[in-house]
Amino acid sequence: MDTFKPIIGLEVHVELATASKMFCGCPADHFGKEPNTQTCPVCLGLPGALPVPNKKAVEWTIMLGLALGCTVNEESKFDRKHYFYPDLPKGYQISQYDQPLCIDGKLGDIRIQRVHLEEDTGKLQHAVGVSLVDFNRSGVPLVEVVTEPDFRSIEEVDVYVKKLQQIIRYLGISGADMEKGTMRIEPSISLSTDGKIPNYRVELKNVNSFRFVRKALEYEIARQQREGHIQQTRGWSEDKNATVVQREKEEAHDYRYFPEPDIPPMRWSGRQISDIRSQIGELPDEKKERFMKKYGLSDYDATQLTETRQRAEFFEEVAKEGTPKAIANILINKKVTTKEELMKFLQNAPSISADELQETVERILKENPKAIEDYRNGKEQALMFLVGQALRQLKGKGDAQGISAIIRRLIV
Amino acid sequence: MKGGLTPDQVHKIARLANLILTSEEVEKFAPQLSAILEFVSKLQKIPTKDVIPTSQVNGLENVYREDEIDKSRMLTQEDALANAPATHNGFFKVKAVFGE
Repeated sequence: MDTFKPIIGLEVHVELATASKMFCGCPADHFGKEPNTQTCPVCLGLPGALPVPNKKAVEWTIMLGLALGCTVNEESKFDRKHYFYPDLPKGYQISQYDQPLCIDGKLGDIRIQRVHLEEDTGKLQHAVGVSLVDFNRSGVPLVEVVTEPDFRSIEEVDVYVKKLQQIIRYLGISGADMEKGTMRIEPSISLSTDGKIPNYRVELKNVNSFRFVRKALEYEIARQQREGHIQQTRGWSEDKNATVVQREKEEAHDYRYFPEPDIPPMRWSGRQISDIRSQIGELPDEKKERFMKKYGLSDYDATQLTETRQRAEFFEEVAKEGTPKAIANILINKKVTTKEELMKFLQNAPSISADELQETVERILKENPKAIEDYRNGKEQALMFLVGQALRQLKGKGDAQGISAIIRRLIV
Repeated sequence: MKGGLTPDQVHKIARLANLILTSEEVEKFAPQLSAILEFVSKLQKIPTKDVIPTSQVNGLENVYREDEIDKSRMLTQEDALANAPATHNGFFKVKAVFGE
């Protein structure tokens, strides 16, 4: 039997959290607003309207590109991408074609081909026989991050998407929320028998959660082995729990790009680019490394505490209230998010050090291999038993919740 | 343009412009379009070897606006929908597009 290797590439779209839209002053926040109440001649594509780019959106795109190790194109421009679809009032989308703002980056082992800026489209709702259009979203700044087809497993896709989301949130340029549609993922997948990039690919649309990305890719790997290798666009259908063929206009890929004549080209000096670079701040991986070095935290603790920038900043603010390790434990195990809560825990904390607690739990685990195995096989009571043992050893100084969190961390 | 446009090419151009042409119209427009192309193709004779391509002639660059909300140009829902051939509950209504 043949062995297939999935070859996956990703396009990720992210709506920027600017106050105003990309080319006009309408509010960019369209979530939950009455339809067609946030439009103007520019984002409705009325004749004679003049689009003017939002400076912050351009700077944020460059910032993201730099955070992803890209080179910034000092000369860049916008282009018109033509297609007929009612989500676009103009008959074209202002996007970027041959001079994207950023190129050639890397995130982990995944090469990033380009990071460019464009405008989001209106939102369509499909009903029987008709479609309804809301242009509140039309013209919201949208960044597209395109990878090379470098993923060889679904796990790699998962890691990349979560990392990208984390970086975007660290930069504070978007909520990057898949459920709200501020982050959208379009994977392309093909199967290779010889490790080479095949001459076809299947584009997947409508995968609007992490879970669906995984399910759609799993489905495709099985389907393509079964049905063969044909280039097409498919959409994830939650009802059918399957991907289904999406029909496309014959000419959909003849976009007839040309330079947007209404917007002068952009030119960025080395100095402006280094100014933007200096605003990036510490990214998750650097922060984690520093937490491990500076506070002597484990890889696990440092990863947990740097999950969001807010959490990391809170930890640093309160780290001096006790030993960093003890503070880290309280923040992680008790999900403490305010200083008041933390102080309460510190005051009521049993007189036992984090190290002592850890040692006791480790000893208990060593003495009870059977209980660990039972727990791994799904017996919840085994965990209770271990917690009870630890509490007895500590003569009531520890707390059950904290101990069970440590046990789970150690044995899962 | 040697030999002019074929009917297939005219159909394709029409489709890209979202137009549907009858075969009589294709027959009528093919020579007209070919004549226009031929006329414009005279530009090809101009020597441009030493000219840098440009899409901008006014010399402007870096024209931006600050990220500020400007509601003064916003349209009310009523105004936004005023010229729409069909609406429904505040939405523009269009013929069904193949979605799902």
